Amino acid sequence: MSADPHLAVVGAGPAGLAAALAAAARGLRVTVIDSAAEAGGQFYRQPAQGLGARRPQALHHQWRTWEKLRDGLAAHIEAGRITHLKGHHVWCVERKPHAFIMHALLGPEQQEPAAVRADAVLLATGGYEKVLPFPGWTLPGVITAGGAQAMLKGGLVLPGRTAVVAGTGPLLLPVAVGLAAAGAKVAALVESADPKAFVAHTTTLTAHPGKLAEAAQYATALLAHRIPIRAHHTVVAAHGTERLEAVTVAALDADGRVRRDSERRISCDTLAVGNGLLPHTDLAEALGCRIDRGGVAVDEEQRTDVPGVWAAGETTGIGGSALSLAEGHIAGRSAAARLRNTQPDPGAWTAAARARSRLRRFFSALDTGYALPAHWTEQITDDTVVCRCEEVPAAAIREAVDELGAGDVRTVKLLTRAGMGWCQGRMCGPAVAGLTGGEQPPAKRPFACPVPLGVLARAGAPGETTQG
Amino acid sequence: MRSRTPLDLVEARPGPSFTVTFDGREIDAMPGQSIAAVLWSAGVTSWRSTRGEGGPRGVFCGIGVCFDCLVTVDGRPNQRACLLPAEPGQVIRTQEGTGHDER
Repeated sequence: MSADPHLAVVGAGPAGLAAALAAAARGLRVTVIDSAAEAGGQFYRQPAQGLGARRPQALHHQWRTWEKLRDGLAAHIEAGRITHLKGHHVWCVERKPHAFIMHALLGPEQQEPAAVRADAVLLATGGYEKVLPFPGWTLPGVITAGGAQAMLKGGLVLPGRTAVVAGTGPLLLPVAVGLAAAGAKVAALVESADPKAFVAHTTTLTAHPGKLAEAAQYATALLAHRIPIRAHHTVVAAHGTERLEAVTVAALDADGRVRRDSERRISCDTLAVGNGLLPHTDLAEALGCRIDRGGVAVDEEQRTDVPGVWAAGETTGIGGSALSLAEGHIAGRSAAARLRNTQPDPGAWTAAARARSRLRRFFSALDTGYALPAHWTEQITDDTVVCRCEEVPAAAIREAVDELGAGDVRTVKLLTRAGMGWCQGRMCGPAVAGLTGGEQPPAKRPFACPVPLGVLARAGAPGETTQG
Repeated sequence: MRSRTPLDLVEARPGPSFTVTFDGREIDAMPGQSIAAVLWSAGVTSWRSTRGEGGPRGVFCGIGVCFDCLVTVDGRPNQRACLLPAEPGQVIRTQEGTGHDER
């Protein structure tokens, strides 16, 4: 065995792969631990191998970048510098003196444990979608925009024939175009942002020729597929009994309130809905890393405030795949130097650092433009289920706040069970915070996914498989 | 320009298909597809009824985060259909409530 320092990278999306390649190229032993069956993360999710896709790039953007990551990973695996553990869902990172232990559950069933020991850890755990409740949102056929894309990219399937894509954020464009290209009729793209909101940031937004070209490509594709765009509109309700049959869409007024006189019904069997992404920060929070504005706080080298823990990509704040690549690259280089007790030379990554600051500025400008309807909580009727797992209606949350005096999401949770179910509040968290009238605090979940009690009892016991 | 199916779009040549059963009905599956993808392909979008209201549920987040797509597979309840790959001969059943009250 070599005595090279060992870095564990959690997540095999753009940030994790960029980090792993940068670190392995500079002499670290790297173990990439990822829950999926194949590398790529959500952005570069690949069709299952058994499906024999000969042109998977038809469902992807920036395919050339993916080829470089994929081939780089394969070369390092071949050379024995990177180990790629697929189907490993890390539920906890344990901090030991001079080491970290990644506790994982194996495969999609997540019953069998595995553990990996490393000198340092780099968190590239990505993000997941923010969705807000509205009447009918639990009907089968209503799915997240990212979920529609994941099922399409990974399983080559569509949930129905006629889709409405709705919410806010840049993800809606590729989802609408992807669904249409794969054969669905996209009856409308409903974006709640007011196009005028972007005008104030024209300078920042147009400083990115690449991004402008991307936007132009989407505009062309939307036209080619004849997808009607309803800007400054929102979905008011989804209708159906056993499954989705139609949605009601309405315009927003200058204050961001629904204009009832503008309501119209659109027949559809699929509603793909999303309001931007949220960083996956469970592992970082359990390690005690500082969280800033929802993401893991990092320094110029992508180090968290916990020694030996780096973070890169969406987990540090949402900014897309190009930003994830830049952050991952910097994190990998920093770790490679620091784990050999040398001072890294930021001069060696100036291009990545420049891309990072440019893209962070771009996404923060984009973020102020893309916005939820200002009064979105008013659209949640009392009988709308807010917590999907525990089936808690909005009325119960409002009662907890207005009559029982709950002033924060934790008290609301204790009084109503909202956020106490299988997903641990990942789906309802933003809505419960909105209805409670405050910011969403860090959730502080000790485990990143449900863990069988038997596994928990054995974790850390002698004899548990430990690699690395 | 429009392709008819996602399989056409990526010029897929899937391996030999196989069958699974869903609530006693045989349905076709392609290798590598998740149970959720197989059910969608068969036109099924709901495979759980909730503990409280008994409401129908299927895929929501599609990436294993929301646990809405829980289903009973080969007698084991609470499997996430969006993550679990389909295997030949699997017996998939609509999950009623917690899934632990069934025989």
